Amino acid sequence: MAGHTVEEIQKSVKVYMGVFVVLAVLTVVTVAVSYLHLNMTMAIVVALIVASVKGSLVAGYFMHLLSERGLVFWVLGFSAFFFIVCLVIPTFTHMGYPGQ
Amino acid sequence: MSVAEIKHIDNPHPLTGMTNGKLGTWLFLASELMLFGGLFSAYILLRTGDANWVTETHLNIPLATLNTMVLIASSITILLAWANAAMKNLGKYRLYMTLTLLLSCVFLVIKYFEYSAKLHHGLLPSTHNFFGIYFTLTGLHGLHIIGGMLVNAYLLGPGAKLWDTNHAMFVNRVECAGLYWHFVDLVWIFLFPSLYLL
Repeated sequence: MAGHTVEEIQKSVKVYMGVFVVLAVLTVVTVAVSYLHLNMTMAIVVALIVASVKGSLVAGYFMHLLSERGLVFWVLGFSAFFFIVCLVIPTFTHMGYPGQ
Repeated sequence: MSVAEIKHIDNPHPLTGMTNGKLGTWLFLASELMLFGGLFSAYILLRTGDANWVTETHLNIPLATLNTMVLIASSITILLAWANAAMKNLGKYRLYMTLTLLLSCVFLVIKYFEYSAKLHHGLLPSTHNFFGIYFTLTGLHGLHIIGGMLVNAYLLGPGAKLWDTNHAMFVNRVECAGLYWHFVDLVWIFLFPSLYLL
């Protein structure tokens, strides 16, 4: 975002305010859904979808990832892959040990 | 002896498309992602492996919701601080950076009340695995908040001297501090439903 004109920055600020409103609404939605007492699988799916949308908005607009290019996506893609591996590892603990 | 010039500290590197400071910040955030990823992994492992997981966590959802809003609001104020710094509006930069610090304090005060209530009811990290991982994740997140506050306070105070001597570098520093702050917000966006709502 470096080197942008005042007009471009002012335009961006309007977008930030819009994203802020969406994030606030999605936070209320997340809490409201938790009071519906869905079954655990549905509750996890809904919570993760809403959190992912909120996270994408923060990363895309607040962190300017939408206007970045090149190397940073390789860095983040690499980390995101291993982050997902970290989350998947616990699943394998329910598969039992070899020979069992 | 000549002093080697550090290049691309206030203009984008042609290969990476960003300043070296910003790339460094992203690399740091990538390592932070793995730090929290490991702890999220531990949380899933503990939770799925315990048939008798707590059904009543005694967590205060309204307070945590308020804290989520406070953190999102602080993300906006630090963006406005950066935007005003980029537009060379020192007064508004100071205003929004001060607001960011105040909102950070509000977050920590709310967290203090939450922790106090837990401790008052004897809910310690040793009480149950849930409280162990709850205090670890939220405590580490709280430490990140304090770290961010120190950087933001520096950029509001002594660090602002750079405004006159190298404005472009100063704006980049504010942007990097903002990236870190948004990451802290991002972590909370996932911590909040995982710990409080599920």
